[in-house]
Amino acid sequence: MAKLLDRASEKAAAHERLDFDEGVALLTEGETHVLAALAHKRRLHLHPEPVVTYIVERNINYTNACVTYCRFCAFYRAPGDKEVYVLSHEQIGRKIEELLEVGGIQILLQGGHHPDLPLTWYEDMLRYIKERYPVNVHGFSAPEIEHIAKVEELPVETVIRRLREAGLGTIPGAGGEMLVDRVRRIIAPLKTTTEAWIDVHRTAHRVGMRSTATMMFGHAETLAERVEHMERVRQLQDETKGFTAFILWTFQPENTAMWRYSKLESHQYLRTAAVARLYLDNVRNLQASWVTQGARVAEISLRCGVNDMGSTMLEENVVSAAGTTYALDGPGIERSIRMCGFEPRRRNVYYEAVLS
Amino acid sequence: MRAAPAPPRLSVPAVFRTSDILPQVEKALAGERLTFEDGVRLFQSEDVNALGWAANAVRERLHGNVAYYLKNRHINYTNICKYDCMFCSFYRKEGQEGAWLWSVDQVLEHVAPYKDKGLSEFHIVGGVHPTLPFSYYTDMLRALKREHPGVAIKAFTAIEIAYLAELTGKSLGDVLKELKAAGLDMVPGGGAEVFADRVRYKVCRDKADADRWFEVHETAHALGIPTNATMLYGHIETVEERVDHILRLRDLQDRTGGLKSYIPLAYHPDFNRLAKLGAPSGLDALRNVAVGRLLLDNVPHIKAYWIMLGVKVAQLALSWGANDIDGTVTWERIYHMAGAETPEGLTEERLREVIREAGREPVERDAFYNVAGSEGARGNPS
Repeated sequence: MAKLLDRASEKAAAHERLDFDEGVALLTEGETHVLAALAHKRRLHLHPEPVVTYIVERNINYTNACVTYCRFCAFYRAPGDKEVYVLSHEQIGRKIEELLEVGGIQILLQGGHHPDLPLTWYEDMLRYIKERYPVNVHGFSAPEIEHIAKVEELPVETVIRRLREAGLGTIPGAGGEMLVDRVRRIIAPLKTTTEAWIDVHRTAHRVGMRSTATMMFGHAETLAERVEHMERVRQLQDETKGFTAFILWTFQPENTAMWRYSKLESHQYLRTAAVARLYLDNVRNLQASWVTQGARVAEISLRCGVNDMGSTMLEENVVSAAGTTYALDGPGIERSIRMCGFEPRRRNVYYEAVLS
Repeated sequence: MRAAPAPPRLSVPAVFRTSDILPQVEKALAGERLTFEDGVRLFQSEDVNALGWAANAVRERLHGNVAYYLKNRHINYTNICKYDCMFCSFYRKEGQEGAWLWSVDQVLEHVAPYKDKGLSEFHIVGGVHPTLPFSYYTDMLRALKREHPGVAIKAFTAIEIAYLAELTGKSLGDVLKELKAAGLDMVPGGGAEVFADRVRYKVCRDKADADRWFEVHETAHALGIPTNATMLYGHIETVEERVDHILRLRDLQDRTGGLKSYIPLAYHPDFNRLAKLGAPSGLDALRNVAVGRLLLDNVPHIKAYWIMLGVKVAQLALSWGANDIDGTVTWERIYHMAGAETPEGLTEERLREVIREAGREPVERDAFYNVAGSEGARGNPS
């Protein structure tokens, strides 16, 4: 093991590709500060400028109705529950106007897997937004798209093309959770399989869309399975080059069916972020998860491989339903970035600089 | 207990060999005492990972893989204070809305549920109340000792004790002797803030100055009362003032050996007159823990006070030089009134989980850093 670890560290320092065993060795045995330093070194190799980016974006969750019942989720309500909501076009419009007032350029539009809404409902929502507002819609997720395809009995590719024509810009990596079917069967037995998640993203990339990849960890997975997840993402990225960023966060157990799981704080977060930076040599950007980790740990992660502070969110309904409520606005994010010795820079979904 | 020179088996990892603080890292590794200039360099360096590695090496040399916690309970008996420190969100004036003062009976009532629950320590600090008689303090200690004989009492910052001397016209030695006779076991590290006169004049000019703080601690040590020391960082102090603060503590420890732990405290910005400063960064939190560990080669323990740092940063601090995460606490007001988002208490089970996630072995201690339940331990661990 020591030899494997040494080789992994040397390869990481030389910016060479790590194999699976080396990734596992680093995550399992790597000394925390060395991992952080190697990841920071890699980050500077990829992004030599002392800049940390972020995007002014708002979350909009169009419905909380969901028939997938993931055990890790505190946000969904079963159809028929009195707390079920579906946002109207006007409600969505008002939320976007609030975003535009603070200089926002993108919405993260996501919802539960509603049993009845037809594809035309989603198309109408997208057209309503795009006809009125100059925002990128970073929307849905592989499981939502697969769900719509099932409801409509249409191929995934048709759904993606139609959503795109209606105004969908890019697709978030949500629903990735842990791209290991053993784990998915435990935490989300009714949700998209690993293969199906990969396939939605592959299809989206093939039709010319970009997407992100995410990982939710700190529940039923092993350390090796975290690396397996990274491996799946890296393989698809070799094939398509369609991922703009990798985003990892820790499972928040409160109010979920998995409340008995011991919540990870930050130690594992930092180590896993560092290994992700080293392992995913073909994904340019690594986002901080201040939503689950808070501003202070997000700041620390900027010396640990992370080069992007994510988004301003404005409203956050999923993680906060699980009892975790951190808030950061644009000025707060910029202050965090500056305190850590970097220049803040606003970006768009493609990580291109935009004027503040 | 200055650390002996390290055995030469640890060598600096390749990734840190180009670090701007390599000379300081190597000195620390060799067990050499760091200078003022070294301290400044460490604070100024952006290489918080090399810094953490070095502090962790020293921490593991002293304490192995152990991280301490304890079962404790805070008692903030009053928030009424004659002083007006700029960084404080806790204090009120007499009669002001939100002011409180507990009678000795009320103090007992508040802690009654903890009787025979294996508590190791009461941590008692309050505002500097303008009119309470000295007997209030000794009565409170005696009553607590009577009701909770197994629980160590860590009480009253140097600021409160200096005021009691002023109030009674007694010497510090006499005040401390009487407090000790009434049940005082230990003096907490608060009120140190930043020792530099320039800073104290701006943020807490009314209260005891640095010399007086040291007199209280030195007197306590002479009477066999161990103490802690803090530094409230992240407001208007300079890096040089931080290092000066830490080195003054090192000098005290060289003279007396009475300091048990050093606790860097992050300034909390809400609801006080320094609010516009905002909170210091997470990197700064780790830096303060690590530099504290490296400069204070003669202080045994570095505490990552989770109430103040947040659970997450405190957990990381266990790899950046800290070997103690403080306790279960329950009912903390001083930092919560300044906007701390931490819970006001953690269960023992949760504290142990947090320590384990950091790869450390949780060990319950008593107020004096004896392993709880061990021979020589005080307190009443279950």
